[in-house]
Formats: sequence, structure tokens, C-alpha cells
Amino acid sequence: MAEMDTSGGGKHKKGPGVKKGKKLSTRVDLTPMVDLGFLLITFFIFTTTMSQPTAMKLILPDNKAKPEEQNKAKASGALTLLLGKDNNVFYYEGQLEPNASNFKASNFKEIRDVIIHKKQTTDTADLVVVIKPNDESTYRNVVDILDEMAINVIKRYALVDISPEEDYFLRKTEGENPPPPASATVVPVSK
Amino acid sequence: MARPKIPRKSTAVDMTAMCDVAFLLLSFFILTTKFKPSEAVPVNTPNSVAAKVAPETNVVMISLNKDGKVFLSTGDSKNDKDKKAEIIKSVNQHKNLGLSDAEIAALVRAPFIGVPLATLKQQARMSVEQMTGETLPGIRVKDSTDNELLDWMRGVADAYTGLKPNLLLKGDNVAKYPSFRNIIDAFRKNEFFKFQMVTNPESVPMGTDLYRVGRREE
Repeated sequence: MAEMDTSGGGKHKKGPGVKKGKKLSTRVDLTPMVDLGFLLITFFIFTTTMSQPTAMKLILPDNKAKPEEQNKAKASGALTLLLGKDNNVFYYEGQLEPNASNFKASNFKEIRDVIIHKKQTTDTADLVVVIKPNDESTYRNVVDILDEMAINVIKRYALVDISPEEDYFLRKTEGENPPPPASATVVPVSK
Repeated sequence: MARPKIPRKSTAVDMTAMCDVAFLLLSFFILTTKFKPSEAVPVNTPNSVAAKVAPETNVVMISLNKDGKVFLSTGDSKNDKDKKAEIIKSVNQHKNLGLSDAEIAALVRAPFIGVPLATLKQQARMSVEQMTGETLPGIRVKDSTDNELLDWMRGVADAYTGLKPNLLLKGDNVAKYPSFRNIIDAFRKNEFFKFQMVTNPESVPMGTDLYRVGRREE
């Protein structure tokens, strides 16, 4: 253990004139050292962040796929989410009305309810979520909205470039004064 | 009634064993902790509910920092470094950059590639300390027509012929969407349709569909 044998060997008796030294115990109280040890352990455990980065899968569609092989989206089952600047989210269901009457504003906290509502009211086979980030949205917004797809178990969703009309309405709603889109025709979505 | 005399025993316990255990644990934790490698390109990744741990072999990582600069790096294992050499050789050949073997070796040693193709020679001459996300301009990724990541991804496709690299995209929270779109474009044009985005883990919110599905599977 922690003490040493200080009693000289029994056989070697010291001479009569030699003074016997006082036997001091070398036993040390280890309690503070134990305290220190556990203190350090707790310190290291609490300061270590278990940050094993995770990875989120994204599978891209093939651009070159033949048109007849592409899945057609029913306008009634479509929910289009538009991402703008300052974490703004806008959405519309089905097709965008020319006067943008079904264009609604939302944010990242409320969009989950919108998605859940859409999921519950639409046939699963028809449901498709179209995500259109504009140039002002951030990478975080895109990952967050893709994460919403995972959270709400949406099987079909697409990351699509924003159209000039949508960008125009989006910027207008955000309070900007954008130039009107060059082409005023709304691209038809197959019904 | 006479009480039997109970001999007084010292309450001092021998702490040596406990001390041993404490320090054994301490040294165990210290030695098993992997230090976070210092990153030349600091990136704050967003959170996601994805639970899969990011792979560490056959990694080709594209970093997108907060200024929208794009960097390319590979894993640290020897195999990955060999692949990196092949990627650089392939790009060198296709774009006639005229890099010498020594310059290629220097680029393989570099933590990442972060310059336009035209100035790749200059990066080869830099020391590792000089290469940071702040000082280097990043791979030239401007739009779909001016996108050098396309050439790099073709190099990756060449180096991993018949194999599947683990394409990782590590983007910063505040990076803008157009840079992300250009990176996806470069992936897609080289027929890399599957990639993974590095995120920080986050717990699944209660009451959502994924939460219920996860519960059922448990």
C-alpha cells in the first residue's frame, strides 16, 4: 500500500550507543488526491462535446431523364415553399394565381404546421413539396427545410430553381421594389 | 446488563485504491479523446435530425464557407491522399496546367485546394500555414457556365472510376443559396446524384411524424 516498511530488518540490531530514530508513518492521506482525480474527470467529461458530425443524404434527380419518365405532379397535391431572405418562408398550394392571391407568408416555426396540414388533407400519392430558394436565402434555410421534409416524413420533394414571377412576388412581399419579371406568363404545371 | 466492549475502530479508509481508479479513469478519458482537428476553413454547419454519422473513408469534401468560397479536400487516410493525387493529376491533364510532380505532391500535402485553376501553381508554393480560408480565394464557382468545380468533380470521377466516393458537402449556415446551387450543378453534371451534407445532430421534435415512426421502430 502507500506506506513503506520503515522498521529496519529485525536482525540488524543497532549498537547500544546508536539512538533509535522515531518511527514516522509514511502513510499519506490520499483523500484530497482522490478528490482532485474525480474533479478532473468530471471537468473533462463536461467540457468534452460529443460532436460526431452527422450527414444528411440528398439524392438529386437526373436532369437528362426523358420527359415521359419524369413524374408528373398534380397541381392539387403540390405545396410550393419559397425561401427568402432573413429566414422568411412563403408558400402556396397548387398553382400560383396570376395575381398571387394564394401566396402566403410564413416562417420556419409555422411552416411545419402548414406541411402537416397539407400532408393530412392530401392523398399521399399526390403529395409533392416543391422547394424554391431564392438568391437571398442561406444554406442553413435550405438544410432546415430539407430537414422539415425528413421530420414530417415527406417522401416526394424537389429542390427547384425559383421562377422570375415567384421571385418577383417574394421580393415584393419582403418590402422590396423589384422590377417586374421579364416574362409575364406563368409556366403551366400539368394537372 | 454488561455491555460487551466494542473495540473502537478507526474510520479512516485506505484511499489508495480509489485514487488509483480515479486516475485510471482520468487517463483513459484523456487518451481516448480525439481532438478536433484544427480546421483551416472554419465552417459552422447547420443542425439536422439526420442520425447517420458522417463517413470517414473515401471522402471527398466540398467546404462552403460563410463568404461563399468553395474548397475541396479529401480524407486524411493514405488511400484518400492517393486519390487526391489522382484527382489533381487528372485535372492537370485535362486542363493542361503543367504542374510538376513536386507541385502535385505539395498540393496533396495541402489541407485543401482553394484557388482558381489558373493560380494552382502559386498554391503549390505556399506553406501550409499560409493556406487558410481567409487568405485563399476559393475554387472559382461563379455560375453554371463559369464553374471550375465541374473540372474538379470530373477529376474525382476519374480517380474513383468504378468506385463510389463519399461526397460530403460542408456548408456554412450563412452561405447563400446560389453558391450551394452551383455546387449541386457541378455534382449533377458529373453524374454524382447522391451526396451527403455534414450537419450537427439535433433531436427529433416531439409529436412529429418522424418522431412517431422512430418510436415504432424502437
